[in-house]
Amino acid sequence: MSQSRTAQTQVTQAQVTHLPIATRQVGRLAQSLMAMTLGLFIVGVVGFSHIDVIHNAAHDVRHSNAFPCH
Amino acid sequence: MSTFRSIVFSSVIAGFIVGLVVTAVQQFGTVPLILRAEVYEKAATHKHEAAAPPQAILVHDHADHDHGAEAWEPRDGLERNVYTAGANILTAIGFALLLCGFVAVRSGATGEQMSWHEGLMWGLAGFAVFTIAPGLGLPPELPGVPTAPLLSRQIWWVTAVLATAAGLGLIVFRRSVPAAIAGVVLIMLPHLIGAPELEHVETNVPSSLSHQFVVAVTLTSLVFWSLLGSLTSAAFAYFDRQGPSQGSSARG
Repeated sequence: MSQSRTAQTQVTQAQVTHLPIATRQVGRLAQSLMAMTLGLFIVGVVGFSHIDVIHNAAHDVRHSNAFPCH
Repeated sequence: MSTFRSIVFSSVIAGFIVGLVVTAVQQFGTVPLILRAEVYEKAATHKHEAAAPPQAILVHDHADHDHGAEAWEPRDGLERNVYTAGANILTAIGFALLLCGFVAVRSGATGEQMSWHEGLMWGLAGFAVFTIAPGLGLPPELPGVPTAPLLSRQIWWVTAVLATAAGLGLIVFRRSVPAAIAGVVLIMLPHLIGAPELEHVETNVPSSLSHQFVVAVTLTSLVFWSLLGSLTSAAFAYFDRQGPSQGSSARG
């Protein structure tokens, strides 16, 4: 009897702890996507912007990374 | 520490180190070749201007705003190298943010921190996606070599990157025969369509110089991605490990 009660408590605890983990996973995914978007934006500006000043400042880097240039 | 903060911290640290290392490597590899090619480029421009009648020069100048004859550019020497270092660091931070996003999602899914070695594998995937695949169709080019219109090359470059990333993802994460076939086809597709190129290319830049440049760019990029992958994953494992002990039960 007491054994089954302990098992029941464990199950409840497992159910309780599952939910925050799932929420944390979603939060982790959203935060990762945000960071990735920021990264793509930075690479886009440095490597692909058509603005002359940015092109001239990053000229050697664009050629060295084989980004399309000129 | 939140996941976003851990990603940003790791990426800034890894990107800063990799950007500086790659700047040093470039000084021996790609940069001397770019400077040598610019000598041919300038000689060709002067010859062209001397040969053309004044009227034609005017027309040429108006049509050629792309090069921005009057736009600011860093002076040769220290100033130019400082801007190159800055742009290298920013590029490395940008790619590190992208890579670290994958590292965070992956380690969240497996429940274990990613080792530097697995990070290195992710870095090599970045090398395949961002250097090898687009470089097959659009090999690294020196200044002074005529090329197809910029925008069309940029569009093809992005297409090749997306197709290769999706193809590799299908092969690695969906372990089935149809997915593997679809992945290989996806990687081949942009190359079957073909990168934009000029029908007739005339340049003073010697082909041996261009070949050396392709090798230098590819090797530098290998150093860049190997370092970026291992450093970013190691840094993220360190910062993310700080998280759970500091009461992440509520927000994570």
